[in-house]
Amino acid sequence: MSKFTKKKSNELPPVNTASLPDIVFMLLFFFMVATVMRETNLLVEQNLPKADQVEKLKKDRSVFIFAGKPSDQYKEKYGNEGRVQIGDKYTDISNIGMALSEARGKLIPELQNKVVVALKVDDDTNTGLVSDIKEELRELNMVRIIYITTPGNQLD
Amino acid sequence: MARRSAPEVNAGSMADIAFLLLIFFLVTTTMEKDKGISRQLPPIQEDAPDILIKDKNLFIVLVNKNDDLLVEDEPMQLSDLRQAAIDFLDNGGASSNSPEYCNYCKGKKDPSSSDNPDKAIISVQNDRLTSYNTYIAVQNELVGAYNFLRNRESQRMFGWEFTDVKAAVDAGTYIGDRKKAEDNLKTIQALYPLKLSEASPKKTGN
Repeated sequence: MSKFTKKKSNELPPVNTASLPDIVFMLLFFFMVATVMRETNLLVEQNLPKADQVEKLKKDRSVFIFAGKPSDQYKEKYGNEGRVQIGDKYTDISNIGMALSEARGKLIPELQNKVVVALKVDDDTNTGLVSDIKEELRELNMVRIIYITTPGNQLD
Repeated sequence: MARRSAPEVNAGSMADIAFLLLIFFLVTTTMEKDKGISRQLPPIQEDAPDILIKDKNLFIVLVNKNDDLLVEDEPMQLSDLRQAAIDFLDNGGASSNSPEYCNYCKGKKDPSSSDNPDKAIISVQNDRLTSYNTYIAVQNELVGAYNFLRNRESQRMFGWEFTDVKAAVDAGTYIGDRKKAEDNLKTIQALYPLKLSEASPKKTGN
């Protein structure tokens, strides 16, 4: 037997996984840059209506109002009627003012008088609730609002 | 003496650590995707004077509690609303020798419909029990009508789409003379000012 004949192996060489951490880190950095931390814990259902004639929300100058039916785990306690949530808790319509000025105080001072109120309302809500909120906002003189929607069109 | 080389650090678990971090970020964050229809609410006026608006300059959209539309006293499907609004806004019914004549309107010039886009007012009246879904759909169609007309005029005057340039200016990504673009946007907005009135919803269902 010659010394130089190579040993023939029938096994496939293992796949090199050395670059796997690099790939995962790349994904990690993408998500770290492209996303923001979840700020509020949703207490209401949020299936936003579809619209396509939209503008972008300027996040640095906006405060959020959520409205809709209580989510499943809160149904027993709070019933099935549409409710308003600001920050992390349910708010009464008449208390919107206080809750909103608290939320506004967290914005940077230069933008506090340019505040935009972002309404995230579930599509199954009555318009009556929304117009109550709007009346309240008019009295607070926070007149710039934006109805947050999801992309799409209700006609198709 | 044989020199002993330092043993290599095992990096096999690096991928696991990175995956752990990745999953943590996936769970705790949301994508920045909030978009919507923006609106300016009317400020509260103590003694608002009653302004008389000619009937022909008013386009009334009623939505009842079953989400049916009644437009100018005719039942209408949501899919026809945008075209109806465009026809109304773009009508330009004022005669060519009156000061209210609209020289850029391409509508039917029907004297029984709106005089010019500046006079034309769209009034939406909802029931309290109208679903929010329909409310947004109606608003979307009406804003769509304005955007269609504004895009048409900006194409004619400046050769770009109004909505594209407005989005770029708002996002701060507009390339070129920003001040000029803003002035041009204002010009277009003045041609077709957004005049959407909303009466507060009626109390009862019927």
